[in-house]
Amino acid sequence: MTTLDELKRTMKEKLPELDVIIAWGQGFDPLHATPLFIRDADQVEQAVWNPLCVHNLATYLPWLKDKRVGVLVKGCDSRSVVQLLQEGLIDRDRLTVFGLPCSGVLDLSKVAERMPDDLGLVREVDLQQDQVEITTAKRAHTLEKRDLLPTKCLVCQYPNPVIADHVFGEERHPADPEQGRYFDLEEMEERSLQERMEYWKQELDRCIRCYACRNACPLCVCQDHCIAETRDPNWLRQEDTVREKLMFQMIHAMHLAGRCTECGECERACPMGIPVFTFKRQLNRDLQELFGYQAGTDPTAVPPLMTFRVDEENIKDRGW
Amino acid sequence: MGEMKFLSADKLTQWLEELSRTSTVLAPTQEDDAVVFRPYDPDRELRLERQPTMPPKEALFPGSETLLQYQYRKDPENPGKQTVEVRESQPAVNQVVFGARPCGARGFTIFDPVFEEGGYQDPYYQARRQSTLFVTLACSMPENTCFCHWVGSSPSDPRGSDVLLTPVESGYALEAITQGGERLLASELLTDGESVREEMEEVKQAARKELGQAPDLSDVPQKLFDLFEDLDFWDRMSAKCISCGACTYLCPTCYCFTITDEPKGASGERIRSWDNCMSYLFTLEGSGHNPRPTKAHRLRNRVGHKFSYYPRLHDQAFACCGCGRCIKSCPVCVDIREIILSAKEHPHE
Repeated sequence: MTTLDELKRTMKEKLPELDVIIAWGQGFDPLHATPLFIRDADQVEQAVWNPLCVHNLATYLPWLKDKRVGVLVKGCDSRSVVQLLQEGLIDRDRLTVFGLPCSGVLDLSKVAERMPDDLGLVREVDLQQDQVEITTAKRAHTLEKRDLLPTKCLVCQYPNPVIADHVFGEERHPADPEQGRYFDLEEMEERSLQERMEYWKQELDRCIRCYACRNACPLCVCQDHCIAETRDPNWLRQEDTVREKLMFQMIHAMHLAGRCTECGECERACPMGIPVFTFKRQLNRDLQELFGYQAGTDPTAVPPLMTFRVDEENIKDRGW
Repeated sequence: MGEMKFLSADKLTQWLEELSRTSTVLAPTQEDDAVVFRPYDPDRELRLERQPTMPPKEALFPGSETLLQYQYRKDPENPGKQTVEVRESQPAVNQVVFGARPCGARGFTIFDPVFEEGGYQDPYYQARRQSTLFVTLACSMPENTCFCHWVGSSPSDPRGSDVLLTPVESGYALEAITQGGERLLASELLTDGESVREEMEEVKQAARKELGQAPDLSDVPQKLFDLFEDLDFWDRMSAKCISCGACTYLCPTCYCFTITDEPKGASGERIRSWDNCMSYLFTLEGSGHNPRPTKAHRLRNRVGHKFSYYPRLHDQAFACCGCGRCIKSCPVCVDIREIILSAKEHPHE
């Protein structure tokens, strides 16, 4: 029995006790999966499980706090579930977690780089162990899977769900990136501060302020009351300027410090291809260095910015 | 039959440079992963092979624009008395939007009745509208998310364009659609195009054929109206929506905005900036009441406005040009085509 068959069988078994199971189904073309909300047993057959299942379905959980929800999670997604539990934003008793050890998902922007003119013309996708064959209306492309992995998968330390009621498929090994776990940040730091500022100015100039980065984030829970748009308090001007957009990104990143579980949804969701995950990665590295803490890995841990110690080991606030 | 010209592919940049001498030419430019409209720059990569990430919406409807500037002053004789000086601003542009797809240019034909006709004439929109020409590129191969044929359009729809370019083997066939377009075709870089007319027609027909049959949507405005109170339907349709504004801000026909005063001490600006019905704050009232409190209410509005309320007000025209950006750029692939068909097929109670 394949992992997917096993998953479907268990979903069918559990569905009568649940209001909804959030899974992945086939999207509008062979290159896209889409979140699938299963309420009836006959929908279970529409579920898919493959490297196109990019969405972090834990994002929906705070919205459905009062429902009995089943949710499918990859390793990274499961960390968001843990963090939401730690913060009391969801209720463990009403939640059933279907865990899926994961060998990496595809970053569609990396696919786009390799076939920019026919990304919208995909006719067939064949997902193999190490290769992805994509047939479009124009031609066939054979791509190496390792070239298509997003940063989060290249450095993934939690391919297996850290919390789950049911697990499907074999255990996976964490990534062992040759270039180190923060190679993307190190590349960025090779540039001078001024160059970095120029880079972000150019990137954020494209931002259309749709706030897909915010709404796709499983831990961005103010949502409807976000200070990006409120006039009271009025922290951001509504001018379409890089200054305001950068300010929002800083607010978002700071609100996520010690909470971000590195699912990368902010960057994946961005329709304009702005690498906003970098901001969160930077803060996560700082949190790791300062507090030895990684968000969403231990349901009983208290996130460092939700508590304090009189003497922090790595923060010298006396005797400089 | 309008005037026909031909531009050979190797003269394209020369023509753009020529146009740039008298107007600001906004052209689809590759910027990292995205293709956006930027002032033409020969040193930057022009991208005509795919639908741009953004439609040319900002050309006539910028992300934010200053409506007026104000300055408060105190009377030195009587500090309790304040005066305010108001200076209105008027956009002054002279631009050519080059390389938008027919759906992108046609989007503004949905704006026009709202901003130019009827009771409200919008001087900011009008100023840009009257001084902008659209040189549009017909599609030779529709994408998986394209559905312009559903909404009464086609991959070579000339409505909203001044010149229509159709890619042919060695360059482009150019048709003047308006008088403004005819003036642009006076360039000496262009040659007579009669010899490529037949080829042009073939390209257009092949693209249209590729799209296949469109469903009949004539009953959809009424169906959506009937479903207005059926929140269970809208709950199901919006289950996966994350309530961001990507669909509306990338939409060539979404024109909603907010107006805010942005003060700096005693002076400031009144600006108009994009707003969208997927946002909670969009309809939040001063009393605290929100008539669209959930994403189901808000998605209902987006779909209802495009396919039911707007058509009722404006000669049955759908406020959608079928470009498919709301589908392909949606972080979770909400598919408006699916919603329309679900509404159409929904059993009437």
